[in-house]
Formats: sequence, structure tokens, C-alpha cells
Amino acid sequence: MSRPMLEIVALEKSFGDLKVLRDINLRVATGEMVFVIGPSGSGKSTMLRCCNRLEEPTSGAILIDGKDIVGCSSSALNRMRLEVGMVFQGFHLYPHMNVVANVMLAQIKALKRPKDEARERALAMLDRVGLRHRAETMPTQLSGGQQQRVAIARALALDPKVMLFDEPTSALDPELVGSVLAVMKDLKDSGMTMLVVSHEMGFAREAADRVVFMDGGLVVEEGPPEQIFANPKAERTQAFLSRVRA
Amino acid sequence: MDGLDRFLTTFFNARIFARYLPDMLAGVWTTIWLAAAVIALGLSLGLLLACLRAYGWRLANFFIICFADMGRALPPLVLILIIYFGLPGLGLRVPGPLVLILVLGTVLAAFAEEIFWAGLTSVPKGQWEAGRATGLGFTQTLVQIALPQAARLALPPLVNRVLAISKMTALGSVIGVSEILSVASTAQSFTGSAAPLTMGAIAYVIVFLPLVVLTRLLERRFAWKV
Ligand SMILES: Nc1ncnc2c1ncn2[C@@H]1O[C@H](COP(=O)(O)OP(=O)(O)OP(=O)(O)O)[C@@H](O)[C@H]1O
Ligand SMILES: [Mg+2]
Repeated sequence: MSRPMLEIVALEKSFGDLKVLRDINLRVATGEMVFVIGPSGSGKSTMLRCCNRLEEPTSGAILIDGKDIVGCSSSALNRMRLEVGMVFQGFHLYPHMNVVANVMLAQIKALKRPKDEARERALAMLDRVGLRHRAETMPTQLSGGQQQRVAIARALALDPKVMLFDEPTSALDPELVGSVLAVMKDLKDSGMTMLVVSHEMGFAREAADRVVFMDGGLVVEEGPPEQIFANPKAERTQAFLSRVRA
Repeated sequence: MDGLDRFLTTFFNARIFARYLPDMLAGVWTTIWLAAAVIALGLSLGLLLACLRAYGWRLANFFIICFADMGRALPPLVLILIIYFGLPGLGLRVPGPLVLILVLGTVLAAFAEEIFWAGLTSVPKGQWEAGRATGLGFTQTLVQIALPQAARLALPPLVNRVLAISKMTALGSVIGVSEILSVASTAQSFTGSAAPLTMGAIAYVIVFLPLVVLTRLLERRFAWKV
């Protein structure tokens, strides 16, 4: 295997006495989509948030295209965060600016792109998620699914090398989930490297290259989706899947 | 003289109105620029302190909180008297208008800091995370994302506080600053008539009513939003 785009090495994270992640090791190859599943509290979000240091790892290394994000200084961290796009369960669009300004802000302030270039890029990304016609709308006027697609456009506009998704569809009404998954599928087909925490099993089966099952701060089992869903080896995986399906 | 006549000559004596109109206009002007200076100093200092507090430096925050609590606890008149009548004892004479601006500006800053801070703390954590995750630094996230949302929340209570403290420029009458109340009470003691005080009241309404109306408009706008 060539050098992975994202590599998590011996990652540990504790909140005080609570050990949330114990020795996580995970490699995501360029263009690969890896799904992370697991029970609530197993540390999925914490692992994802360590990958751009929204959560400070207790120990271990996280390599983005070969560069360690864990040890670096705060200005280097800001630069490295440009390479790691993140999409949150709750969208977190900026409510005081319109859609296109949401997508332009970090391009101008962090990437130092000229304004008209940033706007062009923002419109192109909005087009990609099917929302160019809503560019001048305020975020609160949009449906949840539309807001999430804008959030994806906001991350993509910075040309990240990796995209992290933390339950991107869990806050959405069922009928809006499809539009967000379609955008994610399109991203995957264009070669984006993606690490996705989600319980959309159907989507995982169809689009994921690999599925990782986490429990108790550990990677319990990983493999291609058919194998994990049809023939899970670990008992905990079997128990979790039967609970989710029930 | 019947009652109505007596009432009118006591409170609305036209001759006295005319005689003191120029003084009163000068007083109005003084009140306006004093208030403007107090507002400018109070809001900018309050905003600066609230932003500084967001960085979470322990020692700085200790002083900011002390400042805000003292500024809100002390009656402005006490501070004004101490500075105006006390400091000359140390050989330091501060002109009345400057005392007024410094004290009221500082007191407004204490309240404004708390109001801006309350606004900042109610910006959801996810907003900060979205900013930081896209490579923005702490200061950039503060200025571009958190502050505009905090200012929105702060606006109605801030305008109320600005109004309350601007009116305290009337305390200038105690230290010889010729603002509206000062002009009115001087004229009242010369003429022995209450008419100059009425005139002062009218002047205050003309100066401050627009601000009150603005507060109402803001409150209504914010009521729709929620
Ligand atoms: N900031 C924090 N301080 C203290 N404990 C935390 C913090 N963040 C998370 N935890 C704890 O860490 C554990 C793992 O949380 P995490 O959010 O990573 O789980 P998760 O797998 O994403 O769960 P879910 O499916 O519910 O989102 C939980 O026990 C949680 O209470
Ligand atoms: Mg989670």
C-alpha cells in the first residue's frame, strides 16, 4: 500500500480519569472512504475530532499526508487544518452571513485568497452541492439537508486532502438524508479521502471501501462492508449490529 | 390669578424661557458632546475588555472581573466627587468635563464588558469549532464569527444601559459643568422660578427621546426574530 493520506498511530485520549481512546491505529488510503460505526460513547467523535485537534490527543500521532498534526505549533496547526475538512452533525453554519459568505470566509481569512477568486470558488462548490441558486440566502432559511450541503461546500472550498464527517445525517429528517448522501457519494467518486462516522448502513454497504467497528475506545474489527455486515467475526460487532437492525 | 394661570407662570413662563434659551442651547450642546464621549469611551473599552477576557488569561481576567464589579457597584457620583474634590489635594486638578467623561465612560465600560461577555458566552461552541476547523485562528474566529453574533444579542441591553448612563451627565451640575441641568438650576436660583427646570426637562426629552425610540425599535425587531 502506498503512503496513506490519513494515518492514526497509537492514539490515546483521556478526559481526566476517563480513558476514551486506547491505542487507536487506523490508515486511510488516498481516495478511500472509511466508515466508522460503534455504540454511543465508544469514542468515534473523539477520534475524529483528534484528527484536526479540536480535541487534543493525550498521546500518539496523526499523520495527514505524512505530516504529523499532533506536535505542531499553533500557526502550523491552522495551516494543516486547511487540509482537513470537517462536517459536523449540527452543520454550524454562521447565522450572521449569507450562504456564499459562509463558504468564502475561511478562503479569504485563512487561505488568503483574493475576494473575487474566493467568491468564484464558493459558487463553484455551491454548484457542486446543488445550491448555487441559494447563494444569497441566509442559512436559517434553508432546510437541514441544504444547510449540511452548504457546510460540505464550505469545507471543500479550502481544497482539503481529507474530509471528516461526524454523523452528517443524524440531525436530518429522513426525507432529507438522501440529498446529503448523494453529495458524499459524488465526493467519493471524485477521489476524495473520507473518514465518516455514521450509522447509514445502506450507504456504507454501497459506497464505503472499509468499515471500522469501534467499542470502548478500541478498534474491535475492520474490513470490507460485506464482510463486517454479513459475517462479523467479533462478538461485540455481532451484538451491536443485531441491536441496530432490530 | 386662577389655578391654571398660576400653573403656567410657574412652569411655563415665556419671558424666562426666552431669556435663558441661549444658555440652554449651550447646555444642550454640552450634554450632547459629553454623552457622545462617554458612549465612545464606554463601548470601546467595554468591547475591548470583553474580547480580552475571551482569551482566558487568568491574571488579566481577574483584573477585568474586578474592574467590572467595582464599576457596577460604585455609584458614579461617589467617584465623581472623589476625583473632582479629592485629587486636587494631591496637586492634581482634573477639569469637570473630563472627570465626568472618565467616570461615566468607565462605569459604562464596566456594564458593557459584562453585556458583551454575556453575548460571547452564549455563542454556541459549534460556531467556534467550525471556525477553528477551517483554519481560522482564535482572534479571527473571535472577530469574524463570535463577536458579530454576540453584538446582536448584546444590542438591546446595551442601548438601555447607554441611555441610563448618558443621562447621568446631569451629575455634571454638582461639579460645575454647564450641561442642561446645571444651566437650569442656575437659572432657577436667579429667577426663583421653576420655569427653567421645565425648560431643562424639555431639553432632556428632545435629546434622549430619539434614543428611547431607537431602543423600542430594536426590541421589536429582536422580538420578531425569536
Ligand atoms: N469534552 C469532554 N469531556 C469529558 N468527557 C467527554 C468529552 N467529550 C466526550 N467525552 C466522553 O468521551 C466518551 C466518548 O465520547 P464520543 O463523543 O467520542 O462518543 P461517540 O462514539 O461519538 O458517541 P455518540 O455515538 O453518542 O456520538 C463518552 O463517554 C463521553 O462522555
Ligand atoms: Mg459522536
